[in-house]
Amino acid sequence: MEKHFTDATFDAEVLKETKPVLVDFWASWCGPCRMIAPTIEEIAKELDGKAIVGKLNVDENMQTANGYGVQSIPTLLIFKNGKVVEQFIGVKEKDEIKEAILKHV
Amino acid sequence: MLNIGMRNTIIIGSGPAGYTAAIYAARADLSPLLFEGMEPGGQLTTTTEVENYPGFPEGVMGPDLMVTLKKQALRFQTEIKSEIVSAIRREADGTFVVTSKNVEYPTKTVILAMGASARRLGLESEKALYGKGVSACATCDGFFFKGKKVIIVGGGDTAMEEAQFLTRFAETVTIVHRRDAFRASKIMQERVQANPKIRIVWNAIITEILGIDVGHVTGVKLSSTTEEKHWEMPIDGVFAAIGHEPNSSIVKEIVECDEKGYVKVTPGTSKTSIEGIFACGDLQDPHYRQAITAAGSGCMAAIDVERYLSEKGV
Repeated sequence: MEKHFTDATFDAEVLKETKPVLVDFWASWCGPCRMIAPTIEEIAKELDGKAIVGKLNVDENMQTANGYGVQSIPTLLIFKNGKVVEQFIGVKEKDEIKEAILKHV
Repeated sequence: MLNIGMRNTIIIGSGPAGYTAAIYAARADLSPLLFEGMEPGGQLTTTTEVENYPGFPEGVMGPDLMVTLKKQALRFQTEIKSEIVSAIRREADGTFVVTSKNVEYPTKTVILAMGASARRLGLESEKALYGKGVSACATCDGFFFKGKKVIIVGGGDTAMEEAQFLTRFAETVTIVHRRDAFRASKIMQERVQANPKIRIVWNAIITEILGIDVGHVTGVKLSSTTEEKHWEMPIDGVFAAIGHEPNSSIVKEIVECDEKGYVKVTPGTSKTSIEGIFACGDLQDPHYRQAITAAGSGCMAAIDVERYLSEKGV
């Protein structure tokens, strides 16, 4: 299952996590974000145990979105040991995202 | 010998045309395979309210409509892959091979529904700053420009609509247009001109977007289209609404296209210059380009495929 990160939980659940973490920056009014939501869910299931996969609603968690300079959604950031190691802006293929996460497992 | 895994039809594209073709083909027991492509759901996913799609008296949000169409296609056993097709090949026996992610999918027919994509300005600095102040989707990204200054390039209805939309967030919206008059409808022009947050710069083009050194958009370089004049404008965001281009690059060598890249079809049908390949939606429509005409032509393509298969007896 994918997680739902917030400004309050970001430090503990993303930055302090030792496994790679995929964060999907999204909002309910973003059409492309909604179209890729099923892909993110599938990735969460398929990489269960290997990586953490979650979403961050930019509308409710502006602080984190601003902190990473997100100005376009969907943006996908992959974190490892508290640092951004991969970045995708816009819709990408599932395998491309999965491969990028697996590089850091 | 029939190739194992030979499909009846493969649909490429996931806008109203592609999904309608899928719904019809699936209901006709053709077990279609649909590739979503690079913009799942197509152009409607970046719009807001659609007020002219029949069946929705209160209007419908573009992304909602696409989620609904996808559900309907899945209900009738369409197989959907969220992948991008890289090539289509015609075999000597008149069948086709569609390639995606180095996997080859043999098929008896192909329905092309790749649609059209918003045209970009075509600047190197635009690519470098994409997602860092340069946006291809006003409805997605307008939110990030609260209290900021943005530019929208264009002079048609889409540019007017997006300028209006962006004023919900931005402090000012400057429309940059290369001519001295808009081609947008009169009502849209009037709305824009009455909006106190919107400014217009006539007869100008953007030659460069500034800010690569700091990692986000800080301004633009402008040039006049009527005189030898160049200047800079500080700005936080750049949006473009300068028309659309058909996504026909992977089929240009296979089927006949017009000079603008639209796939040519026999009028009143979805038949392309190659037997067994059908086209629908914006990919073959330089005239109407509506969700409902795309959906209608997707239906035509599926019916044309069904007839083609039964005539061939395959």
